[in-house]
Amino acid sequence: MSLSNSVVQPAVGAGARRSHAGMLQACLPKLVLAPSVAISLFFVYGFMLWTFILSLTNSRMLPSYEFVGFAQYARLMANDRWWVASTNLVVFGGLFVAICLALGLVLAILLDQRIRQEGALRTIYLYPMALSFIVTGVVWKWLLNPGLGIQAMVRSWGFENFRFDWLVNPDMAVYTLVIAAVWQASGFVMALFLAGLRGIDDSILKAAQLDGASLPRIYWRVVIPCLRPVVFSAVMILSHIAIKSFDLVVALTGGGPGYASDLPATFMYAHAFTRAQIGLGSASAMLMLGGVLAILIPYLYSELRGRRHG
Amino acid sequence: MDNVIRRRTLGARLGRAILYAVLLLAALFYLLPLAVMLITSVKPLAEISPGTLLSLPREPTLAPWTKAWGEACTGMRCEGVGVYFLNSIAIVVPAVLISTVIGALNGYALTKWRFKGSELLFALMLFGCFIPFQVVLLPMAQTLGWLGLSSSRAGLILVHVIFGIAFTTLFFRNFYVAVPTELVSAAKLDGAGFFRIFWRILLPVSAPIIVVSVIWQFTQIWNDFLFGVAFSAHNTQPVTVALNNLVNTSTGAREYNVDMAAAMIAALPTLIVYVLAGKYFVRGLTAGSVKG
Amino acid sequence: MTSFTSPFTKTSLAIASAAAASLAFSSAQAAEVEVLHWWTSGGEARAANELKDLMEAEGYGWEDFAVAGGGGETAMTVLKSRAMSGNPPSAAQIKGPEIQEWGELGLLGELDEVAEAEGWDELLPPTVAEIMRHDGHYVAVPVNVHRVNWLWANPEVLEAAGVELPTTLDELFEVGEAIREAGFIPLAHGGQAWQDATVFESVLLASGGTEFYQRALVELDEDALGSEQMIEALETFKRLRGLMDDDMSGRDWNIATSMVINGDAGMQLMGDWAKGEFTAAELTAGEDYLCAAAPGTQDAFTFNIDSLAMFRVEGEERDAQQALARLVLEPTFQEAFNLAKGSIPARPDLDMSEFDQCAQQSMNDFQRTADEGGLVPSMAHGMAVRADVQGAIFDVVTNYFNSRDMAAEEAARRMVNAAQAAL
Repeated sequence: MSLSNSVVQPAVGAGARRSHAGMLQACLPKLVLAPSVAISLFFVYGFMLWTFILSLTNSRMLPSYEFVGFAQYARLMANDRWWVASTNLVVFGGLFVAICLALGLVLAILLDQRIRQEGALRTIYLYPMALSFIVTGVVWKWLLNPGLGIQAMVRSWGFENFRFDWLVNPDMAVYTLVIAAVWQASGFVMALFLAGLRGIDDSILKAAQLDGASLPRIYWRVVIPCLRPVVFSAVMILSHIAIKSFDLVVALTGGGPGYASDLPATFMYAHAFTRAQIGLGSASAMLMLGGVLAILIPYLYSELRGRRHG
Repeated sequence: MDNVIRRRTLGARLGRAILYAVLLLAALFYLLPLAVMLITSVKPLAEISPGTLLSLPREPTLAPWTKAWGEACTGMRCEGVGVYFLNSIAIVVPAVLISTVIGALNGYALTKWRFKGSELLFALMLFGCFIPFQVVLLPMAQTLGWLGLSSSRAGLILVHVIFGIAFTTLFFRNFYVAVPTELVSAAKLDGAGFFRIFWRILLPVSAPIIVVSVIWQFTQIWNDFLFGVAFSAHNTQPVTVALNNLVNTSTGAREYNVDMAAAMIAALPTLIVYVLAGKYFVRGLTAGSVKG
Repeated sequence: MTSFTSPFTKTSLAIASAAAASLAFSSAQAAEVEVLHWWTSGGEARAANELKDLMEAEGYGWEDFAVAGGGGETAMTVLKSRAMSGNPPSAAQIKGPEIQEWGELGLLGELDEVAEAEGWDELLPPTVAEIMRHDGHYVAVPVNVHRVNWLWANPEVLEAAGVELPTTLDELFEVGEAIREAGFIPLAHGGQAWQDATVFESVLLASGGTEFYQRALVELDEDALGSEQMIEALETFKRLRGLMDDDMSGRDWNIATSMVINGDAGMQLMGDWAKGEFTAAELTAGEDYLCAAAPGTQDAFTFNIDSLAMFRVEGEERDAQQALARLVLEPTFQEAFNLAKGSIPARPDLDMSEFDQCAQQSMNDFQRTADEGGLVPSMAHGMAVRADVQGAIFDVVTNYFNSRDMAAEEAARRMVNAAQAAL
């Protein structure tokens, strides 16, 4: 092992220094990681634990430590609104991720056909990701409101029977959340796929073409499988957005009509903060986290494993 | 033969036309909310009425913009959202830089200095991405109190760094996985140290992923409302809080044109960043994951 | 629970006391109060500035911490976060039973000296004073009194339909039908939980009377909540939906008010803050728009009182805080603020000649109902029950109102469950 000439050593016992430096070098990566690991242990896992403990208490406006066992979970299970919120998350999350992936892929493939003004179009598709619903919430509410927005506009163009009243329909309100969320994130997914498409080796495509495969077939059989890692990134980002969706609901529907479009994040916030039921709110947060883990761990595991072997 | 070619070009032309039509239609969908915001923000209040969201202003005016920037009341201060802009910048810049540096070092250590359990640590940190921020509000408040950082700018920066490093680590890790390890191994054999290798080998190729990390963090932190409102002091509130005060006022008359102008102002920095650097953003984000 | 004094506050206190010897009128170093509130609309902000000016005239500083959103929901989140970090503001806009909850946590400071010096016991109506006290001590100061059970109407629409303002629930339905036949929306409404609850409590007050209201929505008497009267009130409430338009879901209340202003709709059931919208549209009460007690509730007054609760602080900051408490009831501020808010002053001894006829009627009704009984706290606005029960009742009311098939009996049954929500 040669000492690099760049390692400046003042006149101290060189041998001792070297082994010290060696040990330090061996430890450095761990030392560098240590603060971050400590931070996640404390601020993520520690807070989860704290939340779990609170979920076992009858905390009201501020945390208290009077334990009531699993009573808060029992109340949660008996709460109609919680079930509405959970079902909504499954519907919303599923549709949101699926539509974003589909729309993103289609737009990316279309945009990959040597389009003029590709840069401008790409920016137009992508920009919603830069905006929060605090900014765009009011506009979305206007657009989706039958009396103010799209329905009123289309009717004023002469289509008197046009109906688009999902926002005020308890059975459909959750789908308006999907529309706005897809608007925000699908362009981003498109951009991910587009970059993925550009990263695919041309020779693979040429070979497939020489084999006489049709264009749709090439995409289906050759191109899309290559994009598997992109799908992984996209699903991770999209599911993170879906689970955290909060501003969206507050800005668009406020959970309404009634509480038909409530989501767990808004349920948790309403109970923990507005309604002085921190215990119940914590219980809902724990179930939410549990749900996230149940979905993510298997997916992460298979993807990370698969990639290492592949 | 000729016929076939001509027919094909005709078909191809038709195909191109449909292609462009679809792309433009999609563009309209994405542009609609922004267009409504922009149009409303330059309309006099009297012209804003139901069903005319997209009709162009008869008498366009920039008055809502100047009012939103410098005069609108966000609480008792009637100085517009302009002053809050600086607060946001003072929070965003250090938070973005610190979380990016930490993310880069983490990603580097996780990929080029693997040790037993490093993958597990990575997975462990990854879950930080998925914790809903509403859950951490109260324990974070208490922790900031313990640290003596409650309602201070430093405290808010700390919070953003803490919940940002999960993402930045993810980005850098995925990117550095794709950087050939041979170079690093050779440098290690030469006795180059941890930081030296990072500085000389990794950092020079990191530009695309640094762009990603900076843009992502910038957008997240600039758009943050919850932490900004809960952990800031009365004089360090970010622009989103000011915007909320303007837009979500529950009593009294609403000036929608001023609301929209303020929303546009608050959104401008992130919009500009996306328009200018969007290309690099996407390129960098997929650089790691496609090849890795 | 950990102590709520953080090193942070201690430092600022140390700085403050170091400056204690300095002149009271040097504004840069004077004691300051930090006030958390959600008076963010233009009119409110200007009116609240009056208070700030009064404070500054006495040499105290005002640090403004305004957080809008959801009728104070966001501000309450901020307040909880600040309390958890051991650094609550000097004063915060807290109202109703929530004052008691903060008091129970031992976080509020006493105002008894100011109250005694200013004679609050005589000045304030007993109902109001009661809310401001925790454990016998004053801990908060009232800013205004809102009346919630108002009906607002557009006289032109009523004329076009050939009807007068309704005074009973039956008349409300008749008038509503007439307005619909004349081609207008009878009742403007915004489908948000709190607005649904606002309408519901007025209907319940009209159909069941004050005593029933008190038993059901204040005392949470289970027999009352599940009674025939409750079912009847719920059914009447649901019938009102027929007078509203289909697009109301999620609509903000002020949009609903603007429908009345523009003549798209005839009437709206809403608290007196709606007046701010009419005033902003430069309309005159009694001429361009009409106000009346919600049909069937002429002898009742559902109140919603804004107040500033004072957190426990020490030294200089406490002096400033006590001054703030005193100045809130100052006539100049009371008048300016309530003219802007649409409410009436919290002290009944003020000259009401500057106020419009709706406010004057409100003041008269307030004093009359206070004497005769009929002055009740608003459930929809957090004056009657604690936040958890209120939230559970909101869920029932709004879900029933928006559901196509839920029976009133089922809603009443859920109402009983909601009252038990407090563990």
